[in-house]
Amino acid sequence: MRLAQHMAVASDRVRATAIEATEFPDLSRAYQVMAVPKVVINDRVHFEGALAEPDFLGAVLQAAGAGR
Amino acid sequence: MPFLTPQNEREVRQAFTELRDPVKLVVFSQSLEAADLCAENEQLVREVAALSDKISVEVLNLAIDRERAAHYGIDRVPAIAVEGARDFGIRFYGVPAGYEFSNLIDAIVVASTGEPALSEETRVALAGLTADVDIKVFSTPT
Repeated sequence: MRLAQHMAVASDRVRATAIEATEFPDLSRAYQVMAVPKVVINDRVHFEGALAEPDFLGAVLQAAGAGR
Repeated sequence: MPFLTPQNEREVRQAFTELRDPVKLVVFSQSLEAADLCAENEQLVREVAALSDKISVEVLNLAIDRERAAHYGIDRVPAIAVEGARDFGIRFYGVPAGYEFSNLIDAIVVASTGEPALSEETRVALAGLTADVDIKVFSTPT
């Protein structure tokens, strides 16, 4: 969540939502959360575990359709 | 019983020495939906807010304050919107205890300073975004 919330401050385009998985089992099921942390970007790009900043950025750009 | 230990309080006060702009924590509750969790969430937020006069708290009811909920894009409880000089789009669903607690404190600090700790390369790339980006981060308390 740390990188996500800093990105939200850096760009008006970015929103960051932390979700406590055990309190929202319906969401966890819908997004197939098997391990945490799990990050889902624009419901398109998802990954488990913590990524370094350049890789996290790559996922954001991919989800935004700006890069591959 | 308080959530925060004296050690938590010391660490949070230390982190809050960086605060600049006022921060508002907008809490959404709904007693019919998740009474215990909402009460815990409100208590945690109030204990944190008590550690700095730059932090204010507003508690809203998801079922009653529907326009405000729609404005913040919040549809579940318990929830928190962290607002600094403006709304940066930072939200917490669920009680931010355990692992999420340090993220809540970090969110308050970065919303207050408006200065994200990101590389120049990341900032430039984000400034060039032409589409909205919604990042959801699932975690558990431990």
